[in-house]
Amino acid sequence: MPETKRALAEHFETLEQQHQAAWLGMWTFLATEIMFFSGLFMGYIIYRHTYFQSFEIASRHTNIIYGTVNTAILLTSSLTMALGVHAAQEGRNKAVVRYILITILFAAAFMVVKGAEYYEHFKNHEIPGQAFHPIPQAPQAVIFFYLYFAMTGLHAVHVMVGIGVLSVMAWLAARQRFDRVYNTPVELAGLYWHFVDIVWIFLYPLIYLIDRHT
Amino acid sequence: MNETEAVPVPAPAEVEENYLSAGHTVRSWLLTTDHKRIGLLYLFSIIFFFAIAAVAAAIMRLELLTPPGDLVLSATYNKLFTLHGVIMVWFFLIPSIPNVLGNFLIPMMIGARDVAFPKLNLLSWYLFMAGGLLALHAIIVGGVDTGWTFYTPYSSRYSNTHTVEMALGIFLSGFASILTGLNFIITVHEMRAPGLTWFRLPLFIWSHYATSLILVLATPVLAITLLLMMLERIWGLGIFDPRLGGDPVLFQHLFWFYSHPAVYIMILPSMAVVSELIPCFSRKRIFGYKFIAFASMAIAVLGFVVWGHHMFVSGQSVYAGMIFSILSFIVAIPSGIKVFNWTATLHRGSISFETPMLYALGFIGLFSLGGLTGLFLAALAVDVHVTDTYFVVAHFHYIMVGGTVLAFMGGIHFWWPKITGRMYPEKLGQLAALVTFIGFNLTFFPQFVMGYLGMPRRYHAYAPEFQIYHVLSTAGATILGVGYLLPVIYLLWSLRHGKKAGANPWGATGLEWQTPSPPPVHNFAEVPRVTGEPYDYSPQEEEKKAEDDHA
Ligand SMILES: [Cu+2]
Repeated sequence: MPETKRALAEHFETLEQQHQAAWLGMWTFLATEIMFFSGLFMGYIIYRHTYFQSFEIASRHTNIIYGTVNTAILLTSSLTMALGVHAAQEGRNKAVVRYILITILFAAAFMVVKGAEYYEHFKNHEIPGQAFHPIPQAPQAVIFFYLYFAMTGLHAVHVMVGIGVLSVMAWLAARQRFDRVYNTPVELAGLYWHFVDIVWIFLYPLIYLIDRHT
Repeated sequence: MNETEAVPVPAPAEVEENYLSAGHTVRSWLLTTDHKRIGLLYLFSIIFFFAIAAVAAAIMRLELLTPPGDLVLSATYNKLFTLHGVIMVWFFLIPSIPNVLGNFLIPMMIGARDVAFPKLNLLSWYLFMAGGLLALHAIIVGGVDTGWTFYTPYSSRYSNTHTVEMALGIFLSGFASILTGLNFIITVHEMRAPGLTWFRLPLFIWSHYATSLILVLATPVLAITLLLMMLERIWGLGIFDPRLGGDPVLFQHLFWFYSHPAVYIMILPSMAVVSELIPCFSRKRIFGYKFIAFASMAIAVLGFVVWGHHMFVSGQSVYAGMIFSILSFIVAIPSGIKVFNWTATLHRGSISFETPMLYALGFIGLFSLGGLTGLFLAALAVDVHVTDTYFVVAHFHYIMVGGTVLAFMGGIHFWWPKITGRMYPEKLGQLAALVTFIGFNLTFFPQFVMGYLGMPRRYHAYAPEFQIYHVLSTAGATILGVGYLLPVIYLLWSLRHGKKAGANPWGATGLEWQTPSPPPVHNFAEVPRVTGEPYDYSPQEEEKKAEDDHA
């Protein structure tokens, strides 16, 4: 397998060892990502507790339709990503390209919906700053919206990085770079994409759902 | 482990070039993925940053010779201590031992050809330099006056200095830290030589593993905190902004959630070095190997839950203060265990006082003093009395200079023959170690006294009764400066004129000594196989133990 031999870096003994290292490296990286997001989640929890009423009222100014559609889009994209990883493990490069392109399409759709949602907030003067219109009975709504934009913005940056990573994977697969033995990059890209998805799974209830029960 | 056939010994002609002779072009250095060369790139960079921060310290010490502010303006003084703190913490102390000695030694100590991700390792250096140069630029165009802690809302709203650029520099260097930590973790997990089980690892590796966990888990929190601070400054509002109902104390919580563990990023690697030096120069197996290994892990874990001791007077609740106080006492226990184990290793050893050992012994003394004064500060009532005084300044300099810098110097001397293939001049080395020790104590011990008497930190002018302590301190700093300069001179001299060091000039155990000095590009001609325990320094004792077991 000349292809496989090329894939083994010179400082590793075996492909297995290289695979293990890459795998553990990705998980460690995801741990740092969790800590990175945790500062914002911490801020959200504290201020939601301190300014409960403001957060409750302000969160009703988010658009649950957009949020729900985006949740559906991201969850489905995780499915297509998983199928892509599965295809890579079986060495079916063509299928890998197909599934990853669909995943990228979903990611792009997510960004379009997010953009439309941001634009709506812009029109309604809900972006913190000079043009922010205070909401009656919710004096700290501006903190809610600040956190909303910081958290979803940081998440959107991760989605865009994901689109870049997945594009590279599709390109590599199109050049027949993966086989049954060597497919680690696709697996790792998959892990990253599921992480992006999971962050949203936490953001969705915190922003759109939690205060709507009353 | 699954290999049983002996690998044929290569003929002398096949022996690889060493890593220094493998390429002489600038390109061969700037695009290298060799962990040893990256270690040296880091060495040059941190010495450069150290020099800048040391100059700032020198100007401050000169200003403090006399009670009135007669050398620099108070605004300049604010910028000087900010510069000194930021550069020393993020661009010298944190990368010092891990990125120089850790990079150089970890793969060799575990019998690997390189770290797990050599390209990320190089990227880490570039991020570090980008961050460092950005911070330097912020200093050149006007500096920052917030102190290294960047407390909001001063940093995010009221300061008229370049806080965003400086914070961005730290933000970038943080990713360098993360990549290094990640690399070390995976390297230790996946790249160990056959037979090198976890409890056969040198304690250097255990300590660096613990450090890496902190690097990887704490640094991202600093990243998001600084990001929010920068956003707040650029956007003009944010979650730390009291005008909106935001809480500036939240910034302090997040900042110290990183910055207390960061103290252990600085001290655990020095413990790593000292754990290698003490057994080697006592010719004795280390006492309580597992205790030291687990103490490193305990420090890493407990270090995450004590950050509130920096906020006893920041408006944190009294109950939180009490809990943080108790936890801070508890975190001293694993450090104490280490000190006891090192001392027990010395007991009845055949001790010799080469330069690295002098630094190691200095470390034990100064670290103990720094640690014990840390207990004063962990006690709520005492802390309220000495908060923001020179007592605190002296305490953390005993840890960071008396601890980290001494261990770094000891490590550099110990592994210098391995890194360069040359010995340093021993007598001069011992002299420099002594000068450093004396200079250090003269600089910082008076600060404990004046701090306890009420001299506040971060002022360029002060009441005349403190002058005697400041004069002593400045005199000590001058001596300390000589102690730093001497090694620079004789180590450079030794590159050409030093005695040629063999593979193992100290008769030390450890895989890094089983390969030529300087090491070949891929470290080992063949993958070493490990069959015994680490620190196998006393065969006689082994025999005696075997006899006892039979009896
Ligand atoms: Cu602390």
